[in-house]
Amino acid sequence: MLSIAPSTRLTIQRGGTADFALKAELQPGFHVNSNMPGDDYLIPIKLTWNKDPLEAEQVIYPKPQMEKLSFSPNPISVYTGTFEIGTHFKAPASAMPGMAFMNGKLRYQACNNKECLPPRTVDVRVTLDIQ
Amino acid sequence: MSKTISVIGVGSALACALLWTGCSDFGAAKPSASVEKKASAGPPASFDLKNAVGRPTPEFNLKDADGQAVRPANYKGKVVLLDFWATWCGPCKIEIPWFMEFERQFKDQGFAVVGVSMDEDGWTVIKPYVQNMKMNYRILLGNDDVSTAYGGLDSLPTTLLIDRQGNIASVHVGVSMGKEEFKNAIVQLLNGPRASVSVASGRALALLTRPNAR
Repeated sequence: MLSIAPSTRLTIQRGGTADFALKAELQPGFHVNSNMPGDDYLIPIKLTWNKDPLEAEQVIYPKPQMEKLSFSPNPISVYTGTFEIGTHFKAPASAMPGMAFMNGKLRYQACNNKECLPPRTVDVRVTLDIQ
Repeated sequence: MSKTISVIGVGSALACALLWTGCSDFGAAKPSASVEKKASAGPPASFDLKNAVGRPTPEFNLKDADGQAVRPANYKGKVVLLDFWATWCGPCKIEIPWFMEFERQFKDQGFAVVGVSMDEDGWTVIKPYVQNMKMNYRILLGNDDVSTAYGGLDSLPTTLLIDRQGNIASVHVGVSMGKEEFKNAIVQLLNGPRASVSVASGRALALLTRPNAR
């Protein structure tokens, strides 16, 4: 339902920063709730990262679409199609140079107008080249 | 120094192989989000909703909001609308008022609606929702076992109409038909044979419907 693109290598300098974009693609007709769906019962999309070897200073969600769906009296805040979630990483000056991995999790829940799929949490891994 | 890396969307198989080291789906009634059923576990081959019509209702033993244990056998002799739903499921919200009306209209004729919530967060989220929606039928808290028993429940709502003999008369995945169609199906089952008479599978009511939006 939701495909996530394989990661290319992220190069980052010790003490420096780098931005990473996680690209996701939903099947036509489906949506996932945005990070702020505006309804306490809806499950927001959420990208989280482990604490090391980099520090995720900020996760940047794209601007959502406001969609009027048959089950809701008000438009709800969703993502459809292809979208990117950005992360601003910082490498500590003390980081070990070389190859490493940054692991995280993406939690989301997808629906269309007629049915919903269970919430899913998928592991996300970025290959790092710390210089 | 700042550098932007963007990656391109491709098929899920490749994505799973390269980026996802694990996939999980809902493990209802679990106390924390960290306890989730692994997708690889999958439903057993023994029960498939696509071939469920005419088969006995799979067993479950779930609790209602009062902590009372409920099993399908409790409803033997009744026509039952068994609805698997969740508070986070928008389309489920379309059907709930219909089912409330059916409960009011037909409960004295040997009919019951039973809602099985698949919410991971349990009664904490279910109770306020039920109260807010003024749901008038019995709600049970689902779990992984019931999900497995019913073929995995990979979409919500999933609604089963069960005849007086305890056999599955029809299965509806997603909001697959309208209120009047549901109502007609219930009436036909209520007018059908009593529990002492066996029912053949493949009857006119026996259908599997699914929205073709996927």
